[in-house]
This record gives sequence, structure tokens and C-alpha cells, in this order.
Amino acid sequence: MSHDRLSVLKLTVNNHPGVLSHVCGLFARRSYNLEGVMVRPIAGNPPNRSRMWLLVNEEERLPQLIKQTEKLIDVINVEQHELKDSVFEITQQFFV
Amino acid sequence: MTNPATDTEPCTEYRLCGSELLIKLLERQGITHIIGIPGGANLPMYDALTRSTIKHILARHEQGAGFIAQGMARATGKAQVCFASSGPGASNLVTAVADAKMDSIPLIAITGQVHQAMIGTDAFQEIDTFGLMLPITKHNWMVRSAKELLEVIPQAFEIALSGRPGPVSIDIPKDVQNQIIEIEQFPEPGVRKMNPIFDIQQVTRMLEKIRHAERPILMIGGGIIYAGASKALLQFAEQLDLPTIQTFMGLGILPSGHPLSLGMLGMHGAPYTNLVLEECDLVIGMGVRFDDRATGKVAAFCPKADIVHVDIDHSEIGKILNPVLSIRADVGEVLTSANEILEPSQRPLWRQRVAQLKEKYPLILNGQDDLFSPYGAIKTVASLLDDSVNITTDVGQHQMWVAQVYPFNRPRQWASSGGLGTMGFGLPAAIGMALAQPERKVICFTGDGSLMMNIQELATAAEHDLDIKVVILNNNHLGLVRQQQTLFYEKNLSAVKFKQEVDFALTARGMGMKGVNLAVSDNPLLDLKSALLEQGPCVINIPIAETEMVFPMVAPGGANRDMIHGQTA
Repeated sequence: MSHDRLSVLKLTVNNHPGVLSHVCGLFARRSYNLEGVMVRPIAGNPPNRSRMWLLVNEEERLPQLIKQTEKLIDVINVEQHELKDSVFEITQQFFV
Repeated sequence: MTNPATDTEPCTEYRLCGSELLIKLLERQGITHIIGIPGGANLPMYDALTRSTIKHILARHEQGAGFIAQGMARATGKAQVCFASSGPGASNLVTAVADAKMDSIPLIAITGQVHQAMIGTDAFQEIDTFGLMLPITKHNWMVRSAKELLEVIPQAFEIALSGRPGPVSIDIPKDVQNQIIEIEQFPEPGVRKMNPIFDIQQVTRMLEKIRHAERPILMIGGGIIYAGASKALLQFAEQLDLPTIQTFMGLGILPSGHPLSLGMLGMHGAPYTNLVLEECDLVIGMGVRFDDRATGKVAAFCPKADIVHVDIDHSEIGKILNPVLSIRADVGEVLTSANEILEPSQRPLWRQRVAQLKEKYPLILNGQDDLFSPYGAIKTVASLLDDSVNITTDVGQHQMWVAQVYPFNRPRQWASSGGLGTMGFGLPAAIGMALAQPERKVICFTGDGSLMMNIQELATAAEHDLDIKVVILNNNHLGLVRQQQTLFYEKNLSAVKFKQEVDFALTARGMGMKGVNLAVSDNPLLDLKSALLEQGPCVINIPIAETEMVFPMVAPGGANRDMIHGQTA
């Protein structure tokens, strides 16, 4: 995996229909480069939350991208995460 | 059983269907008008509406409905509701919703959808409204049960009104509208959320930056109007003696004749306005988003200046320009804090230099004494009216001429499609302003190209006998396109002339209102005056030459200092 400009974002989102569309739609219409998406519901309190991992290929526009993502109503939280040991590195073997 | 749709006090238990619940929740939000068009998939909503205190305005096209609701929202700052059916009803709303997004207008678009069991089958009048509305709203929903309405409707209002306002869309399948639900209590209406908290130290730092600047400029936009902060802004500008530039969306915040007002900047700004920005050393942007029509080529915008940016939308900060200081906050709260702690100051040298530029590089007003020329027509109309009137425009040359010279003297006096630039905006928006503020006359300045895009709403205006005057600067061309082809495509005019002319005065009469054609008038000024001053809807046709152009003009993508000027008279 080329690590140059890649960042990993860890999102906590509401788990209901349309959330993935809202996130992916934002990336498409603002032409942010999205290299990977992983999303699953998460257990715990409060219920009905999902974890969404995004692999993004943006350097200069990353702060703007994060702010735009935070504005989405169904996005509860956005954190930056290391690429190393991320879900994308671990699952690399499935994407060859 | 009592009628649940008309009860005003919550009682212990209600049994009602989804559409009745929807209407009840809208009543509780204080909605007085709904603008829309019924169809197969929203029949239950229209059934419930007949048992409501809410007045329905039947538009002639869903785009018209969206813009009428926008006109009400722009006049009042309150969230407004439009209705459409599924399929083409919903897709016809799209332009008005997208327009509301670009100009931060709290519009609530509620659409019917086919039965949930039919979704995905390419059913009659089925369209993916959720997908259509997703990129052009702050947030949108497909409601999957009547119970969800209890959360979605208040949340829709909260989102539309909070922070930076904007549109939301709610798609409701027909079975959800018909679903019977029993509820014990209605939810609290959705209201604007608390503004983000900011550090008062940031305000102190902003005031320091202003104190240390030699040639500061205040740049103000729509955010000031939406924050209801025009008075606080005036005090701030006067106390600190700051020459002030208004964006297109900010016109009216400062009275047009105010000594600190430098009018509008950008593509069609006055020469001195753009030239002041070349010399300034600090720009304090408040409630602005540094749109490309305002900044011109960004790299050449205010080349000598540091930027301070105050905006409630944190994604606007750093989007176009990197400020040396930014405050993410309600601009009204920042101004109130600043006004409490600032030390008044004077800048006689800078003010003198600004005055010099203003005198040396004014806006050239060719033809201002001729009723049949753009500036003359607009200035004559303005001279016959007072500040109580509201103004809308369509999009094109007439819009820029109005923005340049109409004397706007109060916030929310002016409604125009700024971001999306939607031709067809002006007439329905004027209808909305007239419905929201029936005591005010509305002038819709339009062009012949723009008016044709929503001309069917003349019948809506006539039906409600609204005090709207549609003033057409008629050159029988798509004038601003013609201008660009003339200036940038070597006069290779392509598809800009209407070979079939329209008799707009006759059309107006056909739609049930008065029509006046000043081209055939014996006394045009007198006819204009009586048409403007009497009550009721009227179309006033004023022919102008198609060779008229809006000057100055910054070429798209060009730097604001490189203005193209017209011939002086």
C-alpha cells in the first residue's frame, strides 16, 4: 500500500438507511479522493450506531474534508487514525 | 371524536393518520402558509390540509412553489414549507431547493412518495427523491413510519434554522401518510439551536488586528442579515471608522448612502470598490464565504491584505482563503461582544484615500436620465417608491444593474438568487415576499429571458391579488450571455436572440392581471408611475437595447483589478 498521501478517518455515525449515501455523496460532489470504505454496526450504548472507516487520498484539503464531514447530521464524530494497523492494512490481502 | 388536526392544545391521546400528524406538527411549528401542488402520492396530505388553519397557496409549477416559499423565508427569516407529489413533482422542486442551499435559506420541502411496497419497482411517478435531494440539502429523510414524523419534523426545523440556515427535504411514502398512529403527546416544535461558543479572547485579538491595521476594510455578507446583526454591524463599522464593502447577498445591511458604504465588490462591482481592495492591508470578512464572483481570481484578491474571517460555518473558514485569525461563531454575537469592549477610533488618512478612489473611479451610469435605458429605468422606478418596498430580481444583466444602483436601505429588502443564479427566481420569490408581508409592495425586476422561465406564476399572483409589480427590462435577448459572447467570443452571437417576441403586457392580461407596455405609451413616465403606485399585480414592459452591457466586468477567472470598462457617455 502506497502510504504517501493516505489518511484514515474513523467515523461514528447513526446506523440507519441513507448514512452511507450522505458520506459518499459528500466525497463525490466535493471531489475528495476516497480509496476505501469499511462500515459495520457497533455494539454498545447508545444503540444504533455504526463505525465507518474511510481511507482518503487527500493532503492539503484534509482539514476542509474533515470539517465538511463533521457537518453531516448523521456523523456523530470524526477522528484521524494511523494507517499502520488500520482496518485497511489488515484487510489488504482481500484486495489483490 | 374531536378533530385532531384542528385541536390547539395537546390532550392525553390522539388517533390520527400520518398526514394529519404531519399537518398538526407543521401547525405547531407556526406555519401559516404551505405552497405546493397536489398529486397522486401526496393526496392524503392535501386531504388533511383541508382541516387545518394553514392556508394553502396553489402554485402553477413545483419550482414556483419552492421559490414562493423561499420568498417568504427570505423576507422573514423563518423556515417555510413547500409541498410536491412524487416523481416529476419532486424533481421540479429540485432547482428551488438547490438554490436555497447556495443562499442559506431555511426551506422545508415535503414530498409524497409511492407506497413503500412499490419502491424500487419503477412504479408510476416513482423517483429517488432521497437521492435527488441528498446533495442539495443540509439534511434529508425518507420517512418509513408515521411514528418517525414525531422526530423528523421538529428536527427538520431545527436543522433548517440552526447555525448556517439551509434547506431540508422530507420524502413521505403514501402508506406512511395513511398509517394510523396513536400518540399521547406532541413533541416540542423544533427551534434554532444555541450558537457555537467562542472565546472572547478571539474578539480582543480581532480588535487588536484592526487597531494595528492602517487600511482595513470590512467585508460583509448574507450572514449578517441571517444573524439579525445589521444594527450591531453599523455600530461596529462607525465606532472603528471602517470602510465597508457589501457582497451581493449583503446589500441592504448598510444604507446605500452611508458614508462608510462602498457598495458591492466583485465581477460587476464599482471600479473604486475593487480598487480599494487592492490597497487595503486587512480584510475583516463577516458572514461571507468569499464566492468567486466576489473575489475574482483568488490569488490576486486583496494582494496586500491579511484576512480575518468570522463565520458560523466552520467549513467556510479556510475553504477559499487562509485567514490569520478566524472566529467560528454567530456574527451577531461577535459584533455585540466587540461593541462592548472596543475603543472607538478614527482613520482620516485611509478614509481620505478611499474618498479619492471613489471620486476618481466611480461607477459610470450611462443613460441614467433615460427611462428606456437600464440605469434610467431602475433609478426612475426607485425614485417613485420609498424604502418600504421589497425588491426581487431574476438573473442576468438586469440583476447586476439593480445590484449596482438600486438604493437598498434595509436588510431583507432584497431577494435575489445569488449562489445558484436561477433564472425564473424573481416572480415566485416576489409572490412569497408579498404573502409574508402583504403591507409591502414588491417590485420584481426581471428580463424577458428570466420571466419566461416561471411566467406561469403570474396566474398565482393574480389569483391572490398581490401587490407585485413585474418590471421587465426587455431586450428580447439572453442579455448577459450575449454580453459574454460579445466580449469573450468575438461577437459570435449564438442562440441569444428570441426570434419569437412575446407581448408580455398581453400575456399578463391573459393571466388575469394588468399589463402595461411603455413602448407604446404616450406618456411612459406617467404610466409607469400610476402602474407602480396603484394596488395589485401588474406587468410593466420597458424595452431596452440589446447592445447594453453591464460594466465594469471582470472576466470569469480574472483578477478583480482587471476590469473591462464600457464607453463613457
